[in-house]
Parts: sequence; structure tokens; C-alpha cells
Amino acid sequence: MRKLIGLTSLGAAALLALSACGGGTPASQSTAKASSGQVVVGSANFPENVLLGEIYAQAMQGKGVKVTKKLNIGSREVYFRALKKGELSMLPEYNGALLTYLDPKASATTTDETNTQLKSKLPSGIVPLDSAQAEDKDSVVVTKETAQKYKLSTLADLKPVAGKMVMGGPPEFKTRKQGVVGLKSEYGINFKSFKSLDTAGPITVSALSKGQIQAANLFTTDPAVLTKGFVVLKDPKNLFGAQNVTPVVNDKVVPANAKQIMNQVSAKLTTDELISMMKQINVDKDDPADVAKEWLKKESL
Amino acid sequence: MEWQWLPGHLDDLAAATVQHLQLSLLPVLLGLIISLPLGIVSVRWRWTYPPIFGVANLLYAVPSIALFVFMSQYVTGLSVASAIIPLALFTLSVLVPNVVDGLKQVPDPVRQAATAVGFGTLRRLMQVELPIAVPVIVAGVRVATVASISLGSVAGIMGLGGLGQLFQDGQQRDIPSEVFAGIVLTIVLAFVCDLILVVVQRALTPWTRARKGAAA
Amino acid sequence: MSTFLQFFLHWLTSPAQWSGPDGVPARVGEHLYYTLLALAVAIVLALPVGLYTGHTGRGGFLAASIANFARALPTIGLLVIIVQGLGIGLLPPLIVLVALAIPPVLINTYEGIRNVDAELKDAARGVGMTGTEVLFRVELPAAMPLILLGLRTAAIQIVATATVAAYVGLGGLGRFIFDGLSRQDYQALAGGTVFAVLLALAVSLVFMLLRRLLVPRGVRLQEKA
Repeated sequence: MRKLIGLTSLGAAALLALSACGGGTPASQSTAKASSGQVVVGSANFPENVLLGEIYAQAMQGKGVKVTKKLNIGSREVYFRALKKGELSMLPEYNGALLTYLDPKASATTTDETNTQLKSKLPSGIVPLDSAQAEDKDSVVVTKETAQKYKLSTLADLKPVAGKMVMGGPPEFKTRKQGVVGLKSEYGINFKSFKSLDTAGPITVSALSKGQIQAANLFTTDPAVLTKGFVVLKDPKNLFGAQNVTPVVNDKVVPANAKQIMNQVSAKLTTDELISMMKQINVDKDDPADVAKEWLKKESL
Repeated sequence: MEWQWLPGHLDDLAAATVQHLQLSLLPVLLGLIISLPLGIVSVRWRWTYPPIFGVANLLYAVPSIALFVFMSQYVTGLSVASAIIPLALFTLSVLVPNVVDGLKQVPDPVRQAATAVGFGTLRRLMQVELPIAVPVIVAGVRVATVASISLGSVAGIMGLGGLGQLFQDGQQRDIPSEVFAGIVLTIVLAFVCDLILVVVQRALTPWTRARKGAAA
Repeated sequence: MSTFLQFFLHWLTSPAQWSGPDGVPARVGEHLYYTLLALAVAIVLALPVGLYTGHTGRGGFLAASIANFARALPTIGLLVIIVQGLGIGLLPPLIVLVALAIPPVLINTYEGIRNVDAELKDAARGVGMTGTEVLFRVELPAAMPLILLGLRTAAIQIVATATVAAYVGLGGLGRFIFDGLSRQDYQALAGGTVFAVLLALAVSLVFMLLRRLLVPRGVRLQEKA
């Protein structure tokens, strides 16, 4: 009898776990395909992309479109495949980065060039919408002291002294054309060594501040550049290309009015706006969802 | 450490905790369902034990991150299965040896007595051997549960949800209090589940208490 | 599964893999270094405590609680918060790995010493041995199998988890895994994983050898009986 009670309680606990799992948490909805009329917004797992996902999602929700959010996905492989399959309807991509992902040898430098090449490289059914003015590019950054010591203001200035410097950035920066490879071929820069750190995040910032690395790969919208007084080295050859925020959609599962709303948002998104929002998120520690809501209200979207 | 992030985000913490529970308990259940028959087979047919045990041990040695990455890239993509399947595989490395040990430590006289009284093999297994093995098996389930809750946070790094999301966000935006909250919640969750399992074990083995009572 | 194998074999056979600071030997060396260092620290911290609590019988509950607590610690979370406090370097992953290794060493040592045959301990005292002599000349050798099992479990866990050192910019086999993920170099990812598993198996074998060397013949024979 006791054993029966024991087994039943175990079984009940199991059923509870199972039912809770199927009970409509965001994670469990992952494999449902985007049904017609409903837009599924995805994003990569770094704060700026989550912010962009929130902005577009909330803008559409505000105009009556049914939206599900599947943000914070760990790898481009995974979320791009989901977009192709229709599990995601839309991704807030960056035209240059996406182009390089699809064609590592691509060399486009202006926004128009990038978008033309992107359109041709995307698989059929996947379409880029209008690009925003807002850009978030890679950059090579040094501390104020380093810039003064070696008189650095553009990337070309690094050539004579790079051999004494350790470069830090995300692992992929070492092998990308818009990274160490391109820095060498376009500017003749040869660093002493490369340290794989996080993707332009606090670890990289701290390593640069502490002198564990002398040059760092940070993003141009990173508020740390302002707060820490870092110097962004100019890129006259435009190695880091165009990186406009460009929503990319699966044409089959996105209604026309949703596309229109997204284009309206993109029209109002400038780099300065993006930088100030990132400051709210990274420095003031506000939530991306709240920052998105505030900005949309401000822009009457 | 600044604590001001915490008060405004209590419901996010709660949601992450619930999601983490689902993420880490289901694999233990799956692991148990798989390891019980595997363990029974290993004891009954001794020659199957080395390969089964070998595979279980191998799973234990695989770096968890690699398995999560592999699953989400190649097999199950966005779905929770990318987290659940690897976690279930890890629990096997604890549960299979424990099921086997539990069954092996059933005293021979007891087994023989059951056969003598007329129990068939299956009935003996279900009504005598497994119940006696329960304490050892539950000990394994406890370890597997704690390990699963702790490992489950790696899934959050891959964007699969749970308390790991707090570590990811806390790291990217440099919010130590968020990371701290995630650590504390993971530990508390582990302890609570462990306690529940101790209670379940007591409920399933009333005879151990009776014996103690008689001896006292 | 075949893609995984293909990746691994392709990666294995490219010559660049075997030389230089990013090559397989260098990474395996780093990985071993982190492992041995963490194991050594864990032994220094946990073994004496295990021996003492096992021998005196006191503090068993505390030992078990510490072990349970350490087992529940989420590795990534712990690593992140330590890095936020101390910055990157060897210390953060080391602390995390040591924390991971302490439970098996502590518990197994404690259990091993506790479970030594009471008659054996009695006999030793009867022959006139002091407490310390009993501990080191009787209990420790008798508990060797269990203690070695604890060390082996700890070592394998460390090898598998030392891959996280790469998360904070260090080396080791985790470098192949994290870099591979970020560069979409799935061959490196497969390679790093397989080598980590191979390393764990090698560690396992080393411990089997240690068993032959350190466990007294009498205890080994008794186990087989």
C-alpha cells in the first residue's frame, strides 16, 4: 500500500514535470512553424540584437500584428536555418555581417554595394527589407594612453608598432577578412599575438583597460568606448564595410503590412539613437524590452 | 556589488527558475526510464555490463558544452530537446551504475527465498529486488538531479533558456548581482529537489524505518 | 553522426593542427596543466579533511554537506562572477575546477576510511599503534581503492570541465570548441571534443595503473574475493 502511494507520488511528480513542459513556455513553442499572420521575431544572443528584436516586435504588436519573440539564440547557424525553414519569420540582421556569413570572400564597402550583393547571395524566399541608417561596425580600439604613446589615430598608424601589441577580440575576428586577416592585407598590420575573448563585451573591455591586451575589437555602438575614453582608430579604406541594421524576412510567412511597419521603424533608426539606447542597456542596466518601448513611444511608432 | 538590478526583476527570476526546473528535471526522468531496463539487463546478462558501463562512463567524460552545441547545430536546432537530450545522456553515467549496484547488493538469501516461495523472475524483480535496490537507486537519482540542475545552466549559454540565461545576460551587460542571483537560485533549487527526493525515498522504503524502530 | 566523424578525421589530418601555439599538442599540454594543477590543489584541500573526518568519525555530516553544496554550484555562473571580480587569468577557472573536484575526493576519502573493517582498526590498536599510526599504516592503505576512485572521478570531471577555461580567454582543448563554434569551424569543434574525451580516457587508464601500484596486494586480493 505504502509502495503504491510512493510510486503514485513519483508518477504524479513526473506528470507534473511533463505537463508543465508542454504548457506553452516560450522554449516549448520553439518547433511550431510560424502560422500565417503571425510573425516570429528571432535574434542573436547579444544585448544589441535583442534590443533590435524587441523594437521591431513591439512596433508590429503596437499596430495589431500577432508577434511571438524567440530572442537570444546562440548561433547564426541555428537561427538562420530556422529562418529558412520558416520557424522564424524575421531577423534583425546587419547587412555586411550577413553577407560575409553567406560569402566569406565578399568585398563590398558601401551600403548599396553590400545590399546588392546580399540580395543575390540570399537563398530564394529570404528577402532583406530596407536598411536603417544605423550601423554597428567592428572597430579596432586602443586606450587613450596607447594612442598618445604611439601617436595613433588611424589604422595605418598601427603598422609600425603592431608587432609589440597583443590584439584581443572574439575568436572569429582572427580568421575574418573584416578582422585580423583584412587588417594584415589592407593595412599591413601584424600583431604580436591574438587573444580570443568574448564578443566585444566586458571581458574584452576589462582586458584592454588592464593592459592585458593593447588593442581590442569593439563595436562602434559600444558605450564603453565613451565611458572609458578609448580611441577608435579610423578606417579610411572602409575595411569594416557597411553594417546597417537590415531586417531579413522569410517572404512566405511575413504579411505585407508587417513589412511596411518594419520599414517605418528602420527609417527612424540612426546610429546615434542606437548608441544612446545601448548606453541605457549596458551602462544604466535597463532592460532591452523597456528601452525599446520608450524609444518607439518617443518616435511615435 | 550593486543590488539595485534585483528588485525590479523578481518575476524574470521566477520565470527563469521555472523554466530551469522543466529543463533539468525531465532529463532525470528520461535517464531513469532508460537506465532501469539497461541496469536490469546488465545484471541479468553479466556480459552486457562492460559495454554498457563503458558507454555510460564515456558520456560522463564528454565536455557538456560540446554536446549542447552539437545537438543544437545538427540535430534538434531551436527546440528544448537540444538541452534535454544531452542532459539525459549525462544522467545515464550516474544512474546506470547505481541501478546495477542497487540490484547487485540484494542479498542472495533474499533472492533465493523469493524463488523458493514461488516468485517467477519478473515478479521477483518487481516485488523484491527493485524495492530493496531503491535506496541505492534513489541515491543515484539525487546525484543525477543535482548534477542536472547545475549542468542545465550551460544550456542557457546556448540560448536554450533557464537560469543560464541570467549568467549570459549578467556577463554581457556586466551585472554581477544577476549572476549571483542565478548561482543562488541554482543551489537552492538543487537543495530543494534533493530534499524532496529524500522524502520520496522514505515513502518508498517503509521497512527501513520499521527495522530501525524495532532495533531501538 | 557520420558528419561528426568526417569533421574529426578531416581536422585530424591537416598538418597545421600539429604545430605551433594553437596546435593540438600545445592545447593538450595546456589542458593537462590546468587539470593537474586543479587536481593537486583539490587533493591538498580535501584529502586531509577526508582523512581526519573519516578517522575520527566527526564532521561527517559537514563533509557531506560541503560536497553536496559544491556539486550544486553552476560552473559557468561561478566562472563569470569570479572573472567579474578578479578579471581574466588562470585563477578564476582554477577556483571553479577545484570547487568541482573537492566533493568526490572528500566524500570518497571520508567513506573509504570510515568503512575500513572495525576489527582491523581494533587489531591495530591492540598491537599498540597510536591513532596516527592506525590512520596511516592501516586505514589509508585499506581505503586506497575508494580514495583512488574519488581521485579518478575528480580528474575526469576536471578534464571535461576544463574546457570552460577557454570561455575566459585561456587555452586548453576548450579553445577548439569555443573558437570552432564562433568561426563555424565544426571540424575544430569535433576535434576538440574527441580529444577531450580521449584525454579523459587516458586519465582513466593512468588511474588504473596507479591502482596497481598504490593499492596493497592484500587489499586487492580481498576485493576480488
